[in-house]
Amino acid sequence: MIIVENIHKKFDGNQVLNDISFTFEPGKTNLIIGESGSGKTTLLKILIGLYDLDSGTIKYNERVFTEMKLKQKRQLRQEIGMLFQGGALFDYMTVEENIMFPLTMFTNQTEEEKLDRVNFCLNRVNLENKNHLLPSELSGGMLKRVAIARAISMNPKYLLCDEPNSGLDPKTAILIDNLIQEITQEYNITTVVNTHDMNSVMEIGEKIAFIYNGVIWWEGHKEELINSDNKQLNDFVFASELFKRLKKS
Amino acid sequence: MIKSLKSIGEYFIMMRKVVSRPQKYSVFFKQIILELDKIGLNSVGIVIIISFFVGGVVTIQTSINMSNPILPKYLIGLATRDSLILEFSPTMICLILAGKVGSNIASEIGTMRVTEQIDAIEIMGVNSTSFLILPKIISAMFFFPFLIIISMSIGLVGGWIGGHAVGVSTADYLYGIKYDFLPYYITYALTKTIVFAFIITSVSAYFGYFTKGGAINVGVSSTKAVVYSSIIILIFNFILTDLLLS
Ligand SMILES: Nc1ncnc2c1ncn2[C@@H]1O[C@H](COP(=O)(O)OP(=O)(O)OP(=O)(O)O)[C@@H](O)[C@H]1O
Ligand SMILES: [Mg+2]
Repeated sequence: MIIVENIHKKFDGNQVLNDISFTFEPGKTNLIIGESGSGKTTLLKILIGLYDLDSGTIKYNERVFTEMKLKQKRQLRQEIGMLFQGGALFDYMTVEENIMFPLTMFTNQTEEEKLDRVNFCLNRVNLENKNHLLPSELSGGMLKRVAIARAISMNPKYLLCDEPNSGLDPKTAILIDNLIQEITQEYNITTVVNTHDMNSVMEIGEKIAFIYNGVIWWEGHKEELINSDNKQLNDFVFASELFKRLKKS
Repeated sequence: MIKSLKSIGEYFIMMRKVVSRPQKYSVFFKQIILELDKIGLNSVGIVIIISFFVGGVVTIQTSINMSNPILPKYLIGLATRDSLILEFSPTMICLILAGKVGSNIASEIGTMRVTEQIDAIEIMGVNSTSFLILPKIISAMFFFPFLIIISMSIGLVGGWIGGHAVGVSTADYLYGIKYDFLPYYITYALTKTIVFAFIITSVSAYFGYFTKGGAINVGVSSTKAVVYSSIIILIFNFILTDLLLS
């Protein structure tokens, strides 16, 4: 469980997040939705401490992240997996080395044990036998899947995903969404997913926060979202012709 | 002015994070080996070529400028030796390395920054500054002195061959390069080299690490890395020469 309370964040006078409070629940895919530029990435990076916040508290279960020293934060981060918007794989390492990297840094496993774990993770994302490819040799969807494999290699308790399926075709996108949801439920992970893809919302939206104007304008789950009469939310969710028609029918 | 003060502050804050105990020694030593290869061994070729030709040219020019028959020929060897050891090898070669190694470090780290690879390292719980930068600094400070010794030796060989072209006999040349030789000059040159190695790697890493934006900014950082490390080398060359030789 990740609990955020009264988070404020300003970038040179631009109030991006204004008093955000929310609880991200374990075993569920918690979605943050909102327009481009609404502060989704900012919120995710604040959660893990890549950006400092102006005020507010972040708790990982009982542990108050915002009061920790950098060293303790690094300790906690070993329990967190993160998927970046662009994948952020190490481009001079092969797929195998990428996934193995956190294991090498933080565990005392033998090469064999590490390799087992790598293969298990690759298998989990349906990428067997791609161990020795470099990131530059992968397609966009494969890149994202390797990034997921790297994020789960340490058995994280928390998983943060920044637009895991942006730039993918609808079929691969759904595959990745389902993969994230399966992993979340299987290992009871607290998963936070940023998205502005309505297909994802309908697919995996177990708990949704809609950010608008720097605040959480609406929260609920996907059924509530379909029936909501919140104007800004509807404008966002039913922006496309297809979804407008679906709503009417 | 305020901006440059801010940069200097950022640089020192970064350096404080760089000098911390490696989180995993086995990984750290592997990094060092990799960097020794990338920064060190990869530069041997260029150092040999440049030193050879500059050594030759220095002898030829000295001999033309000392065409007075009263001056003994061995002075040409001596002049070549002193200009190579005191100035050319440590300072000029380090300036050239600032271009080669500095731009390489800044663009490598800069690319990692703009593609969020540094963030990825950081969120795994790894100290990214120390992980990426410390092996580079240590490798350069360890390996550059060898490069400079190579440069001195090859430069003297170049000088010998250049001397032949303008009629300086091998005996005169050898007598000259051994004449009144102060071993302290080598100590002086290598001390400078180690300082310059630190400047090149840390300044370039700084510009790479604080790259903001996209691919274009990586290019900007890499240019800045070369320009600033060269200027700082020249300033420190002035200070160190004053401190160590006078
Ligand atoms: N490092 C930064 N410095 C200054 N402003 C920033 C920075 N990062 C983000 N911002 C600003 O904060 C706002 C929110 O950006 P953010 O990246 O969080 O949006 P987002 O919701 O993730 O958008 P997208 O869906 O396009 O990824 C934007 O107005 C952006 O300009
Ligand atoms: Mg974003």
